[in-house]
Parts: sequence; C-alpha cells; structure tokens
Amino acid sequence: MSDTTSVTFRVHRYKQGDEDPHHDRFAVEVGPRTTVLDALTAIRRTQDPTLTLRHSCFHASCGTCGMKVNDHEVLACVTNVRELGTDEVRVEPLDNAPVVSDLVVDMGPFYARFDVAERPLVRESELVPGSHTAAGVPQSMRYEDCIECGICVSACPIAGTDPAYLGPAALAAIDRVRQEPRGVDVGPIMRLADDPHAAWRCHLAFECTEACPSNVDPAGHIMQLRRSLFARGWRRPSAEPQGARR
Amino acid sequence: MTERVAGADRRVERQGRRRGVMGWVDVRGRRLGGWAFILNRLTGLGVLFYLYLHLIVLSQLAVGPSAWDSLLRNWFLNPVFLLLDVVLLAGLVIHGLNGVRLALVGFGIVIDRQKALLLAFGVLGAILIVIGALRFISDAGAK
Ligand code: SF4
Ligand code: FES
Repeated sequence: MSDTTSVTFRVHRYKQGDEDPHHDRFAVEVGPRTTVLDALTAIRRTQDPTLTLRHSCFHASCGTCGMKVNDHEVLACVTNVRELGTDEVRVEPLDNAPVVSDLVVDMGPFYARFDVAERPLVRESELVPGSHTAAGVPQSMRYEDCIECGICVSACPIAGTDPAYLGPAALAAIDRVRQEPRGVDVGPIMRLADDPHAAWRCHLAFECTEACPSNVDPAGHIMQLRRSLFARGWRRPSAEPQGARR
Repeated sequence: MTERVAGADRRVERQGRRRGVMGWVDVRGRRLGGWAFILNRLTGLGVLFYLYLHLIVLSQLAVGPSAWDSLLRNWFLNPVFLLLDVVLLAGLVIHGLNGVRLALVGFGIVIDRQKALLLAFGVLGAILIVIGALRFISDAGAK
C-alpha cells in the first residue's frame, strides 16, 4: 500500500504582461520523502507545464531553488512537505527581487552586488579531526559555504526598504575576503563596506542568519566587519565614487 | 482554482515584491530577532509620539497651578492613564534595552552570543516591566 496523502499547493503565478499576480491551487500526492521541489516539478509535469521555477542540483548545493514556503525562505529541494505540517502549502517567489515569472526572480542585481566582493569562491578546508591532507597536496581547498541563493536578501527587512543596501550575502563575502585576502587589496572593498548603505545599514534582525540554508551567518559577518571597520578607524572618503553598489 | 493575490498590482512585480515599510510590521515568518526589530521600531515611534505629547501636557504649567492640578486630578490618576503609564514604561524598557543590545552586538563586542544576549535582555525587560507596573499600581492605591 502506498503511503501517500493529498496536499494542496497554493502557488504564486505571474507572467510578464499579466495585470496582476494570482495564486493557483494544485492537489499533489505526497509521500514521506516528497520535497516541495518534487511536488512543484510533479505539478509542472502532470498538471500545468507553464509553471515556471528554477532548480538544478536537487541537493542544496546550487542555490537556485530558493523560494518562500509558508512564509519562510527555504531551498525547495530539501524542504520536506510532510514536515511542514500543513494541509495547504503556500509557495511564493523570494522577496526583494524582481519577479520574472511565477516562482522565478531576477537574480541579476543580487549577483552584481556579490561581484563587488571579489567572490571568494574557495577557502582552506577545515579538516575532520584526525584526518590529514593527501600526500603532495599542500592544503585542501573547498568551496565557500555561500551558495548564492538570495534567501538572506529576501529575509532581510532592510533590503525590503533600501534598494541601495548592499545586502547580507555580499557583505558576508567582503568579510571573508577581509579574513582571508589571498592577495586581494582589501582597501577598496572595506571602503565599500563602510558605506551608509552597507555594513552600517544593518539593524540586527539576524533574519538572514536564521534563514541561510548554508550556515554562512551573514549577520555575524556584518558585525565582524563593523568591528574591523571600527577598530581600524576606516573613514569613508567623501570624494570617492560609490559606484559598485548602485 | 485561481484566486487574486490580495493587494497585488503590477508595480509590486516591477519593484520585485519589495516588502517596504509595511514589511517591518509583517510578522509572518519572522523569528526572534525579527520580532526584536519590529518591537524596536514600534516602541521607537511610540516613545517619539509620547515626547510630543509630554511637551503638550507640560505646556499646561504655563496656564497656571490650578490648570495643572485639575489635569492631575481628572486625568492622570485615572486607571486608563495608569495603564498607559505601564505601556510607556514597557516601551522605554524595550527600546532602551534593545538599544544597549544593538550597541553591544553592532560594534562587535558580543557577536557569537547575540541570541543569548537577546533572550537575557528579554527576561530582564519583562522583570523590569512587571516591577514597574506593580510599583505604579501600589503608588496609585496609596493616593
Ligand atoms: S549567505 Fe546564505 S542565504 Fe545568503 S546567498 Fe549565501 S547561502 Fe544563500
Ligand atoms: S535545486 Fe540546487 S539547491 Fe535546490
């Protein structure tokens, strides 16, 4: 006997040129291990092929399936439907980003801000206790924690009112460069972080840290940036162009 | 089944569902720090409102002692005003303690334990508000 139950998905719909967005309801049979992304792809496959959503890896590493499920920002691919505990599951695109179609938002502005932080994509690996690097490998490297999903920006109340805010992910990336510059001149990016629309704009809701699916702790990084800016006595040069955040 | 998104318009889409100022008081999906953020804004606005109210009330002193005395007798010993005093105290305590928290965390003095600090200040604030409220009530009873 199959262990499935019917769950209603209330999904945000919007296509370019639509007068208004609306919600569509879909009934989906879910099993104990069905994720929200499984359900959405099933809807697209069997009920409405026009439903637009983004995904790639299905295992929390590409960061493309960020969306709001029952008002919380999550990665749909690792969000178990049954564990949500609701008969109806509300699915919406991330906040604070332009909606392109249905559940897809334009990540362009987010990536552009991320670029200014020099994209610290790799870091020295923290080895499991008792392990060691392979012979001939001077130091194991691994990818940074941030999967660039944009969830932190959606959860941030400041990003909701200040379009110029550099945002949690970019500021966390700047702090990572400060911690491990690896040859990068940190002066320009620290001046960028010192901008009123950057590290000092955060109001410590810590929603980004709570929502981040990859344990980046963006708010913690912003506080460390502030401490560093404060300690070093960085001053924002008034004549300097602040182009990167615009 | 199709239904319209409440309050939706195309401007919302172009601007990217930016939450805006109303997002500050939208408690859906918010967690502990988000609640502290919301409370800080509401209490800040409340205290600002009270400041102006206070100045208006004080202006009665310029009218003369009898005007001030009757204001005290007729209004400020009223139980409703007693309740408003407690609300004011709560606003000042919440905003003040949260301000100290923001300074401690925001300048990087306490980062790793920020959640514990928030909880500790929450408990401290609740104790101060209860003590203050009891004091107000016993003082009013003595008058
Ligand atoms: S900091 Fe976390 S929430 Fe923000 S983009 Fe990176 S992984 Fe996503
Ligand atoms: S599909 Fe890659 S993170 Fe969800």
